[in-house]
This record gives sequence, C-alpha cells and structure tokens, in this order.
Amino acid sequence: MKAPSFAYARPQSLGEALALLGKHRDAARVLAGGQSLIPSLNMRLSSPELLVDINGLAELGGIRVQGDALRIGALARHREIGRSTEVARHAPLLAQAVPHIAHVAIRNAGTLGGSLALADPAAEYPACALALDATLVIAHADGERRVAARDFFKGLYTTALGAQELLIAAEFPLAKPGYRSAFLELARRHGDYAIVGVAAHARADYGRLSDVRFAYFGVGATAVRALRAAAAAEGKAADARTVVAVQAALGEELDPSPDLYHSAAAKLHLARVLTGRALVELAQ
Amino acid sequence: MSRAPATELDTTIVLNGKSVTRRVPARQHLVDFLREEMGLTGSHVGCEHGVCGACTVRVDGEIVRGCLMLAVQADGRRVDTIEGLSDSGELAALQSAFHERNALQCGFCTPGMLMAALDLAENHPDATREQIRAHLSGNYCRCTGYQAIVDAVEAVLEARRQEGKR
Repeated sequence: MKAPSFAYARPQSLGEALALLGKHRDAARVLAGGQSLIPSLNMRLSSPELLVDINGLAELGGIRVQGDALRIGALARHREIGRSTEVARHAPLLAQAVPHIAHVAIRNAGTLGGSLALADPAAEYPACALALDATLVIAHADGERRVAARDFFKGLYTTALGAQELLIAAEFPLAKPGYRSAFLELARRHGDYAIVGVAAHARADYGRLSDVRFAYFGVGATAVRALRAAAAAEGKAADARTVVAVQAALGEELDPSPDLYHSAAAKLHLARVLTGRALVELAQ
Repeated sequence: MSRAPATELDTTIVLNGKSVTRRVPARQHLVDFLREEMGLTGSHVGCEHGVCGACTVRVDGEIVRGCLMLAVQADGRRVDTIEGLSDSGELAALQSAFHERNALQCGFCTPGMLMAALDLAENHPDATREQIRAHLSGNYCRCTGYQAIVDAVEAVLEARRQEGKR
C-alpha cells in the first residue's frame, strides 16, 4: 500500500525541531531511521499530519565517553553501534544485540533513539537499557530532563516521552572490569521479531556471579527485568544447580503473553532455556 | 538545508552518478520515485514494509530498503541502483556467478539479492556459508532458489579471496 498524504519538515536545529513538535503535538511524528514508522505509514496504520525529520540534527549523532557513561546519540544507526570500538569496550551488550536486529539494510538506517522511543515489546535495545541501567536524555522546549530506563518504558509502545519532547541520547554506565554480558534471542528466521530474548549482565569472579541482571523482551507489553531470577544467581557459580534454581525463580515472576505461534508456557520454557545459556556465558 | 513543512518538496539526488532534481510528494517512497519518476524499474516493489528486500538500493554507499525511505529524504544524497551498478561493472562478477549457477528463476528478487551480496563482498569477503545465509536473510526468494544463490555468492567471495592473496 501507499502512505497517506502528510507534510514533511526537516529542521536543522534542535530548537527548530522542538518548536515544530510543540506546535503540532499529537499531529506530528518524529522521523528518525524510519524503519518502523514508514512501514506503519505504508500500511496506513498511522496517519500523522506532519513528519518531523530529525536526521539533519548533527547534535543527535555520535558515540562518546562522557564522565562515567557511554553517551550514544539518538541518531546512531544500528550498524554504527555494531561497528563501534567504544561500544565494544564500554557497553558490549549493545554490540552483542545488534546482529539480532532485522537485516543489514535495515541496520544501516534504523537508530538507537527510534528503537527506544518506539518501545516495541520485541525490540532488543529496551532490554539492554534495562539490564545496564541506562539513562535516557530527553529534550523539551525549556531544556533537558533525564529519565532512568526503568521509569521510561510504560506499556505497549508507550514511554515517558511527551508529544512535544524528543529523545536525544542514551547514556550507558561504562562496563566495569570483571563484568560480562550475554545477549540471546530466538526468532523464527534470522532477523525476524523475537519470540523471546534475554539481555544479561553480571560480574564474574572466577566463575562466581554477582550484581546479576536479566532483562527479557518478546514476553509482554514491555521489556522486563527479572529480579528474583537474578537474585537466585547472586553469589553462585553457573553450575547445573544454579541453572535449575534460576529457571525456577524465573517461572515465579515472568508471565509471558502468548503470540500467534507460541503459548505462554512455550515462551516461558524458551526464556528458561535462554537463561540457562546466558548464565553459562556470563560465567565463562 | 532546513525545510519548512510542505507536502511537496524540490529534491536533488545524485542518482547513479548524475544529479537530478524533481518536485516530489513527501509521501512517495524512494523506490516509487525511482520507478515511476525516473523509469528505473530494476529496483522492485515487493512487500512495502521492509520484509522482502526486493527494493534494496544503495544510499551514500550503504544498502537500505528503498521502500522504507522517503524520496525527499534522499535530498542531497547519493543513490545507486541496480542499473547504475550494472553499468559501472561493480556487479559484474556477481551477475556472472548468478548466471552460471542458475541462481535465479523468475528474477524478481535478483536485483535486491545482488545489492545485498555486493555489500557482503565489499565489507566481509571472508564470510562463511552460514554468514552468507545470515546476510541474505533479509532478501526473500519465492522460487526457493537460496541454495544456488548462496553457491554463487560463495564462489564470488572465494574468487575475491584468491585475488587478495595474489
């Protein structure tokens, strides 16, 4: 199908972009990489009056260390994140996630900010942001505000972003020495939407895990942290007993919604399998 | 250049090495522009939501989905299509390998397959068979010709590696 008619604007400064969003509010949509927005326009699932193309805003690009965080601009493309030596060193979980995001031609266009702001329940970055305790930087007409990832994702495609606000960057705490991460995802075909996936991060001392974080996606309205499963791994080696204990704990807190092909029970089973693999990867 | 809200915009694209300017509706995606306005019908319109890969084109040197980019977004950028890359000879080795190995039947997916395969040959010539499959996973062939396609790409990568050694 073809997209409905809309107006298009390409501001060259953040101020100009925010002024447009402030004026048109819910009638406007932000166009970043467009890899989810343009399909929804083509299929007429969305019919905004105005697209505000933010690709001209140079200040929204770039990947750099700033203080004790890695700041990634909202317009950083997936492939750029996958190739970045800074990301590989300071936030390896993101680099591990990138190959699972769709396909090369889409990774060349899609952006970090677009994925976080859309909050697709099967998307990879929201789970990474939760597992790493990222902070999202949001610009509005009067300045900036910062929101922790755990307070950002509110529900199905719903975030703390207001209609007149723009997500400009995400800050990931620098990975500390001794920490490891694992990213596992199951999909029907390579690059498809996740059936279920896990983003995991922990400290590993001679195989013993601490400060364990698990965040799951493809399981409900938003990505979710599993605190009980993480607690069951705390201070433990990744042996068979720990795997069983963590998988049992996961069953008490993860309540996946079924999709077209998988029941809730199947998804929970797959989440447990991935969690077992993640534990072993973390401890290696 | 800043653009105020409008439903039609003058758009200048360096298309296959030649600058073209057209007044383009904001709602028109890049592949429709290439096919309908420029008569370049080698890039195909399949699913129009980014799944099939038949519309793959190169923008500023990187492959993208032509159906997931508005033509007005290509303003000021370099766009290369199957036609341009055929004429320049960049795709010659892949095209001849596809031909030799019968790596196409109806040919609908072929331009997109070639664009994706060229990206792999240029960025990751040491790719294994599994990696070739993963790289091409975003390009659908409904004649189920994947085996021969992977064979053809593998042969070209192998030839490139041999050239590199010499």
